[in-house]
Amino acid sequence: MNRNIIKVTLGILMVLTLAACRKEIIEQVVAPFLGFQRPANFPEPAYHFDTNPVTEAGFELGRKLFYEPRLSRNNTISCGSCHIQSAAFTHHGHDVSHGIDDRLGKRNSPPIMNLAWNPTFMWDGGIFDLDLQPIAPITAHEEMDESVDNVLSKLRAQPAYPELFRKAFGSTEITSARFLQALSQFMVMCISSNSKYDSVQRHEGAVFTTLEAQGYQLFQQKCAACHTEPLFTDHSFRNNGIGIGFNGDPGRYDITLQDGDKYKFKVPSLRNLQYTAPYMHDGRFYTLEAVLDQYSGNVQHSPTLDPLLQQNGVLGIPLNADEKNALLAFLQTLNDRTFITNKMLAEQ
Amino acid sequence: MKFHKLALFIACLTLTLSACRKEKNEPVFNNQDLAPLSIEFDNIVGGQNLYLNTGNYVNAKGEAFNVTLLQYFISNIKVKKADGTEYVVPQDSSYFLIREGSEEEGSARVNVPEGDYTSLTFTIGVDSLRSTMDVSRRTGVLDPSGGMEDGMYWGWNSGYIFFKMEGISGAAPVDPSGQQKYRFHIGGFGGYSAPTVNNIRTVTMDLSQAGVAQVRKGRKSNIHLMVDIAKVMNGPTQVSIAENPTVMFSEFSLLISANYMQMFRHDHTEN
Repeated sequence: MNRNIIKVTLGILMVLTLAACRKEIIEQVVAPFLGFQRPANFPEPAYHFDTNPVTEAGFELGRKLFYEPRLSRNNTISCGSCHIQSAAFTHHGHDVSHGIDDRLGKRNSPPIMNLAWNPTFMWDGGIFDLDLQPIAPITAHEEMDESVDNVLSKLRAQPAYPELFRKAFGSTEITSARFLQALSQFMVMCISSNSKYDSVQRHEGAVFTTLEAQGYQLFQQKCAACHTEPLFTDHSFRNNGIGIGFNGDPGRYDITLQDGDKYKFKVPSLRNLQYTAPYMHDGRFYTLEAVLDQYSGNVQHSPTLDPLLQQNGVLGIPLNADEKNALLAFLQTLNDRTFITNKMLAEQ
Repeated sequence: MKFHKLALFIACLTLTLSACRKEKNEPVFNNQDLAPLSIEFDNIVGGQNLYLNTGNYVNAKGEAFNVTLLQYFISNIKVKKADGTEYVVPQDSSYFLIREGSEEEGSARVNVPEGDYTSLTFTIGVDSLRSTMDVSRRTGVLDPSGGMEDGMYWGWNSGYIFFKMEGISGAAPVDPSGQQKYRFHIGGFGGYSAPTVNNIRTVTMDLSQAGVAQVRKGRKSNIHLMVDIAKVMNGPTQVSIAENPTVMFSEFSLLISANYMQMFRHDHTEN
């Protein structure tokens, strides 16, 4: 009897000790993997999770691929080179990005953020499926200048990859579909939903200051028609009157060839603006003050200028200095530090 | 001896009759029981054979050119009998990339029910359904993994390039790489969320004049098409390389696809 009690006690102790050890190790590395979880204040995602559900192994493979320089012709540039986490996955400080051999692109690198809610990708919306998105930068002459075929050959030659593909997809075969699906699994997990704004919306205890609240009210009156909450974009394409850029980029027109789409670009989200300067499709504005000054006093008329920027015969959005101040205070509440510091999304 | 002669005679008669029978009577159409059929795309330029790189040709505008690359998608193959019975090759086996310079990729090989076919229909390009489907179903020639050089996929504007022809011409301006190159990359399935150019072209060919395709098991019926790529430039629109050295995703591409949909001619059928 006594012996039995001792045995059982010892057993329980051992299990507890092991469990404790295990828990510590997990906490040290990363929080437990929960898969894709929709934030409570976000709508249903647009991404087709039914054809590509996020698994831990798929996500980890996607993350490794995201930071893999072998995706470029001379193995120097990874996705993470121009989509840097500390800059909310943009190329902070660059109007347009420089890719392979320091060749310059023509547009400002957009954030890898909340892409699961995007119906289209790129500033011109030329790509309609996130799974097809990575092909564009991989094959673009001024970005990675490589072919997917060749990337797959390089991955097959790396001892680590076949096993990672097996873990994620059940066999060691490395195909373009699996490669692209793994990248999607990483990208849809790049969710930014923990700004002060989100905390206020979800009633988690945070409250806006008077200035922020004033800014929020102004935002709802003057900006929200295009920068729709809670993603702060309505995913539409608009000409916001900044005038034709240095390279004459016609934007959405490239994709539709409709004259009515000339100089229209996708409405960008306003989340994490603190980390993502410069702004606009060609990165022409380095500060948010410059952006607001543009909207309040410098909107250019052209045939495709958005109707919302020319109401009652007035170009732009009238804003006085106090209003700009309040708006800037509100925009600061959209910054999400946990997003840019989340170790789960960082190169391991 | 006499008996043997008679037997031989009967045997001969039976064979002759059965041979007649085979020619006259078509097998019963059974779309569950298939036999091989190939469609050969024999690329030529006017009255000459096409030789990549080495052949020199002249278009209707008098511009000399050669061809360094020629490849196009053939899909959605359909055959029809004289009585109107039609067979549509199942989608999963109906996409082919025809590549000049590759014997293997010069033909589309399909399986259809036994029968005598008098009409052939196919699409030059990839239909919109396949152009928008999930990446896991984009295998074989539809795998979007090719590079900028010989790939048939636009990464920046999701969609397949249906027809790709490149070459050197003295009429073309010197490009940044120092070459005088013309490039026709024709695609566009009509747009995903907003309508735009649609270069999906479907061609139907009458086989009754130059040879009905008699498809039978154990035989290899081959519909031999001549594909006159001179018509890419010399068609309803006479294309000048000097004026349009690069035609890719643009309104003008519609004129080129209208030209090239006329380049197919049924030459003969090998049964």
